[in-house]
Amino acid sequence: MDPDRKRKIRLVVALTAAVLLAVALIYTSFSAGTEAREPSDVLAAGPSDETYQLTGEVKDYHRDGTDLRFDITDRDGGGKALPVSYTGVVPDPFREGREVIVTGRLDQDGTFMAEKDSLITKCPSKFADEAAADPEHVVIDQ
Amino acid sequence: MSALGSAALIAALVVAVYAAVAALIGTRGDRRWVVSARRAIYAMCGLILVAVIAIETLFVRTDLSVALVADHSSTTTPLLYKLTALWGSQAGSLMLWAFVLSIASAAVLYLTRNRHREVVPWATAVLAGVAVFFIGLMVAGIFFPGAESWPFAASDPVPPEGAGLTPLLRHPAMAMHPPMLYSGYVFFTIPFAFAIGALITRRLDASWIRSTRRFALVAWIFLSVGLALGARWSYSELGWGGYWAWDPVENAALIPWLTGTAFLHSIMVQERRGMLRVWNVSLICATFALSLLGTFLVRSGVLESIHAFGESKVGPPLLVLIGIVVIGSTILIASRLDSLRSERRLDSLFSREAIFLLNNVLLVGLAAVVAWGTFFPLISEAVTGESSSLAAPWFDRYATPLAIFLVLFMGIGPLVAWRRVTLAGLWRAIAAPLLATAVAAVVLALTIGVSESISAYLLFLVATFTIVAVVTEFWRGSVARRRLVGGSYVAALGSLLTRNRRRYGGYVVHVGLVLALFGIAASSSFQTSRDIRLSPGDQAQVGDYTVTYVKPTTTIDGTEQKLAFGALLDVTRDGRHVTTLSPSREYYSGEAADPNAPLRSFFEGEATSEVGKTESFSRDLWSAMQPDLSSFDRVIDAKDQRYADALSKLPGAEQSDPQVQAVIAQAQGQMVRQLADRYIVDPPPAEIRFNVNPFVVWFWLGVIVAVGGALFAIWPTPEGRRRRVSDVYGARLARELNRAR
Amino acid sequence: MLELLIAILLLVAVAVWISVPLRRREAPVEPSLEDPVLAELEARKQAKYREIRDTELDHAQEKLSDEEYARQDAELRREAIAILKEIDAAEADRRRTAGA
Repeated sequence: MDPDRKRKIRLVVALTAAVLLAVALIYTSFSAGTEAREPSDVLAAGPSDETYQLTGEVKDYHRDGTDLRFDITDRDGGGKALPVSYTGVVPDPFREGREVIVTGRLDQDGTFMAEKDSLITKCPSKFADEAAADPEHVVIDQ
Repeated sequence: MSALGSAALIAALVVAVYAAVAALIGTRGDRRWVVSARRAIYAMCGLILVAVIAIETLFVRTDLSVALVADHSSTTTPLLYKLTALWGSQAGSLMLWAFVLSIASAAVLYLTRNRHREVVPWATAVLAGVAVFFIGLMVAGIFFPGAESWPFAASDPVPPEGAGLTPLLRHPAMAMHPPMLYSGYVFFTIPFAFAIGALITRRLDASWIRSTRRFALVAWIFLSVGLALGARWSYSELGWGGYWAWDPVENAALIPWLTGTAFLHSIMVQERRGMLRVWNVSLICATFALSLLGTFLVRSGVLESIHAFGESKVGPPLLVLIGIVVIGSTILIASRLDSLRSERRLDSLFSREAIFLLNNVLLVGLAAVVAWGTFFPLISEAVTGESSSLAAPWFDRYATPLAIFLVLFMGIGPLVAWRRVTLAGLWRAIAAPLLATAVAAVVLALTIGVSESISAYLLFLVATFTIVAVVTEFWRGSVARRRLVGGSYVAALGSLLTRNRRRYGGYVVHVGLVLALFGIAASSSFQTSRDIRLSPGDQAQVGDYTVTYVKPTTTIDGTEQKLAFGALLDVTRDGRHVTTLSPSREYYSGEAADPNAPLRSFFEGEATSEVGKTESFSRDLWSAMQPDLSSFDRVIDAKDQRYADALSKLPGAEQSDPQVQAVIAQAQGQMVRQLADRYIVDPPPAEIRFNVNPFVVWFWLGVIVAVGGALFAIWPTPEGRRRRVSDVYGARLARELNRAR
Repeated sequence: MLELLIAILLLVAVAVWISVPLRRREAPVEPSLEDPVLAELEARKQAKYREIRDTELDHAQEKLSDEEYARQDAELRREAIAILKEIDAAEADRRRTAGA
């Protein structure tokens, strides 16, 4: 086989492989992705088997044994609060008023059942809000 | 000081603009403008240095009249974190970028001051242009305060105390992580600038590569260290016990690392065979654009991520610059395609060139996969209207097989020769590694089994293959050298290494990366992890280990305003004591404290996990805990209530009396001590996560070995030896040349 | 305003230094400025020598058979000689234009 033909064959094989892999990639990504939703969207859609990636602001939380239960509202703070039930690692920055991302589904009883260890808390913005708080603060004297 | 820094930065912008213009004028041939532009870059470097010294002085002095200091530092912040707080902010990151860029630009222009007469002026213009962008973004912050990009902005009002550094970031690894990453990005700018110059002047031989090859390797080292530091911080500081989550910001630094690695290999093919010229210029332009994209992703809030700092005004200009770079490079490359095409072709598939080509395809393929997954929320939104994201399992599914193939070819590459290897020779080289792999296959199948994790099993096999292949390369090289020059094997090895730094340094890098991947595979696929709820005296079984909660621990730290509740854990195995771990949870009373509820303020402020771990070559024992403070709530509120009552009985005027303040502070201190004592006497149960991570330490060790290998490869051979070698060959060839004439 | 004054001062100092090369009438004295053609050829020559050495090492390690080594070595030496010839030609060119 002359080198030119060999080269063309190699090129065709390589391109076909690349195309096949790209198609596999694209196909699996659309089926493996979890949609991002805000609490108001999830509430509006009602209970279902669909898994969502919920993004919102934490309002109120308490521990219930090994579970963490908290209410989550839309990022702008408004709208109805969605109760979330979560087990697993609670990231250190988790606090009321912080933005979180958690994956799970809306249960029949209206609670968002979260997947284990899926809670992500965004690092707090270092600007304005922290420094604008009360300038007087507690100093411990040993 | 603030005035000096501001002035220096504004002057730097003017000088950078001049440098760009002068360099462009110099491209027409008048050397005076080229030399002037070079001096301008040196001056710009000096001016930015002045600005950096100014801002750091303000940090060290904790000058709260500067917004940057007030928002990211405080009087009680330790010195190291005062100095490194600069790059925790947007304005500080821009300054860091500009600073490293100016140093790198000055360095490369100095080193090439007598070379590449036609390319350097264009490269200078590009470097100056990028500098204008970053300094310009900062200076624009003066006129657009909402952008928060001006480092010397004044605080309004001046607070009595700074916000301090988030406790989560008070870790040496996190302190060095941003400068390492940014240095990586910046050092890729150098070969990019020279590539653009080479394209414009059509000087498309390998000269632009030769002068900037080392800068690309330095960039690679910085990026590798930066990525590893981020992973190390995550593992040592965060409560989830992992080191890589395929988070968008992590991926943003990984993608240019992958394309940069591909670039380092493919330029070797161009230097030797003149092939892959189009590929190389495209790859370096892409790597630079990806570095800008990495910077953009962290600061723009466009993707949901644990790191996203929210919408930032700096995002859109960065995106515009990326667009200009991508479109500009594409047009430039397309217009030079005729000069770039090479006539050379691959001699054989069994050659090092072919392996490098394959490795490039794998690396760029992996980069494309990671990029697709990272930007998928935006892609899916554009396609379906719904933003959908991909989690770690999807990335692992594609990254794992690609990584396995990469490790395999990291082993085959050293065994073949350039141009064409004799098959018999290849067989001789590959026999020992293949045998070792076969043995490993059987041993591993019998000990850990295949079905537990097929991908880990395969990775261990190819890792064995590659490490044995590299070791045999060292061995046979020494033998061959000794045959040539005699002496001992050790001396032969020594001279072999010093005369072939690039080759053997590269082999060491491969070994390091294989070790790192081994650590990753072993600790992910064979991890034992349990979440247990223990009270003092309780015991639990995690894998082979018995974990006993011995007793509670507390710490009070006045300087850091920190209260820590922890647990002492005793770990035994088969009855024998293995180690004692002390994980704890640290609560920081911060600026958001309520003066009427000092105790509650601790538990409303920042909290971090202090990881308790023991590392060894064979496994890490890792623990994090969180006490269940629900039973303490009553106690805390009761004490706070008593305190508030007592405080309210004091008339307002008296409250600001310093002596009274001192008594109040003492009272608060006493309350905290009482709470801590209560925790010891009547401790609540704790949620404990206990992980057994096999061989994870090899990840860190592997990175260190890889960086060591890269440093060895980069080290210049002394001028004398280089000349001697070339003289010998020159003489030999001259004889042949005369015969040919 | 203090910032502006300091900035102007700095700029003046920098401008003086930066404009030194511009104030000359003739081109700046750059004794070691390479000729790009010769520099590129020299670099290619060094790279070719390194290739010859690498092939020698590969052969010593028996990755290449004696015939394959002979073939590759000859090819590399041919390429090296071609570069040496180009260097000769370029140097002659330079001498001619310098003399003219």
